Amino acid sequence: MVAIIDYGVGNLFSLRSSFAMLGADAVVTGDPAVIRSAERLVLPGVGAFEDAAKKLRDTDLDGVVTEEAGRGKPILGICLGMQLLFDESLEFGVHKGLGLLPGRVVPMAPVIGPGLKVPHIGWNALHLTKPEHPLWKYIRPGDCVYFVHSYYAAECGDVTLATTEYGAELTAAAGRDNVLGCQFHPEKSGPVGLSILRAFCEMR
Amino acid sequence: MITKRIIPCLDVRDGRVVKGVNFLGLADVSSPVKLAEYYSRCGADELVFYDITASAEGRALFTDILREVASTIFIPLTVGGGINTVEDFDRVLKCGADKVSVNSGALKDPRLIFDAAKRYGSQCVVLSVDAKRVDGRFRVFAKGGREDTGLDAIEWIKQGVALGAGELVLNSIDTDGVKQGFDLPMLEAACEAVNVPVIASGGAGGIDDFITLFHALPQVDAGLAASIFHFGEVSIADLKDALAANDILVRR
Repeated sequence: MVAIIDYGVGNLFSLRSSFAMLGADAVVTGDPAVIRSAERLVLPGVGAFEDAAKKLRDTDLDGVVTEEAGRGKPILGICLGMQLLFDESLEFGVHKGLGLLPGRVVPMAPVIGPGLKVPHIGWNALHLTKPEHPLWKYIRPGDCVYFVHSYYAAECGDVTLATTEYGAELTAAAGRDNVLGCQFHPEKSGPVGLSILRAFCEMR
Repeated sequence: MITKRIIPCLDVRDGRVVKGVNFLGLADVSSPVKLAEYYSRCGADELVFYDITASAEGRALFTDILREVASTIFIPLTVGGGINTVEDFDRVLKCGADKVSVNSGALKDPRLIFDAAKRYGSQCVVLSVDAKRVDGRFRVFAKGGREDTGLDAIEWIKQGVALGAGELVLNSIDTDGVKQGFDLPMLEAACEAVNVPVIASGGAGGIDDFITLFHALPQVDAGLAASIFHFGEVSIADLKDALAANDILVRR
C-alpha cells in the first residue's frame, strides 16, 4: 500500500487517481499508524516552504516520515514535498527541511538569467544524470514532464538523478537509497509521469 | 528548454461539449471525457474546460465530468466559467482541476484574484481576458465579449498579475473566429506588460498560424484553440510535427 501523506497541503486528487490508474493500492492519510504500515510513502506539497514545513511539524508527521525513511521505506517527495526532503530552504528566510537529502532550496531567478519567466511552468525535458536509476526504468532521456516551481534544490552533490534546462541546469529529481524526490509533477506528466510512479511502486 | 504548449479548449454545457465537433473515428464526439482522452492521446499539453452552464443541475454535472476526466487523464486541467468566489475555486479544485481561470468574476471583484492566489498559490490562478480594439486601444470586454467594461486591457492585465494571477490567457475578440491568425500586436503588448506565462487565444485557422505566433513572439508560452481542433481541421500531432520541423520546441 502507498500512503499519500495528507498534512493539509495541496490537492491530492490527481495523485490518488494516478496510483489508482496504475492499479496500486493508495490511500490519502494523515494517520501515523497507516503511514507506518504502508509499504511506500509519497510526500506531496504545493505552496510556500515555511507554511508546509510548519504543517508537517504541527501534525507531528515530520518525525514519522524521518523514522520511516530511516527504516529504508521508499519515499517519494513531489514538488514542494521534494524540497522538504532537503536540509534547508531559502524561500522567504531560512527554513529547516527534513534533512533526508543534502542540499538547499534556493530561488531560480538569479541563476536562470534575464528573459525567462518565473515560475518555470510547463513541459520540459529530463536529462538523466543517473540513467540507470530504477526510477527511470520505463522512461527515455529527453522525455518531457510538467513543472511548476520558482525554487529549486541546489548543492545536492551526487544525489541528483535528473536535471532540466531552463536558463541553467535545474535539479529535476534527486535521491539517495530509498529517499527520492521529483521537482516536477509525475501525476500531471501524462504517460511518462505514470511510468515514473509505476517504477516507484516497484522499488524495494 | 521549456516547450511551447498546445491547449485545446472545450466548452461544456449541461455535461456535453458544445461547438460543432466533427471528428472522424470518435464515437461520441460531444462527451467531454471521450474528447479529453482523445486530445490527451494526441499530445495536448493541457486542457481547458469552460463551463457555460447556467443551471445548478448543469453545474453539478460539470463537476462530475471534471472528476471523471481528472481521474483518467494526467495532464494539467484548467477550469473556467462561472468562477465568482473562492468557493467556486474550491469546488472545481476538489474535483481535480489544477488551475482555475477567472474572467468576469474578477472584473466584478478583483480581490477574487488576490484571495484565491493567497489561498491556492499564484500557479493556480489564470487570468482570462477578452479584449478588443476600441479607439485604437485594447479594451476589456466582460460576459463572454458582450459588455464593454471601459477598462484598458493592458492596465487590467498588469493589475491582475500584481494581484496574484500566475498565467494569462489573452483572447482577442478582433481575431476570434476569423481564422486569420493570432492577434500578434495585442499579444506583444501583453507580453511586454507582464512576466507571467501568456497563452494566446483567438484566431488560429491552421498550423501556419501557430508557427507564425511562436516565431514572431517567442515570449508567448502557449497557443489555445477550440474549433480547429474539434473540427479536425488541425490535428495536434500534425501541428506538433510542423512546429518541431520549424525549430519550435514541443513535447512529443
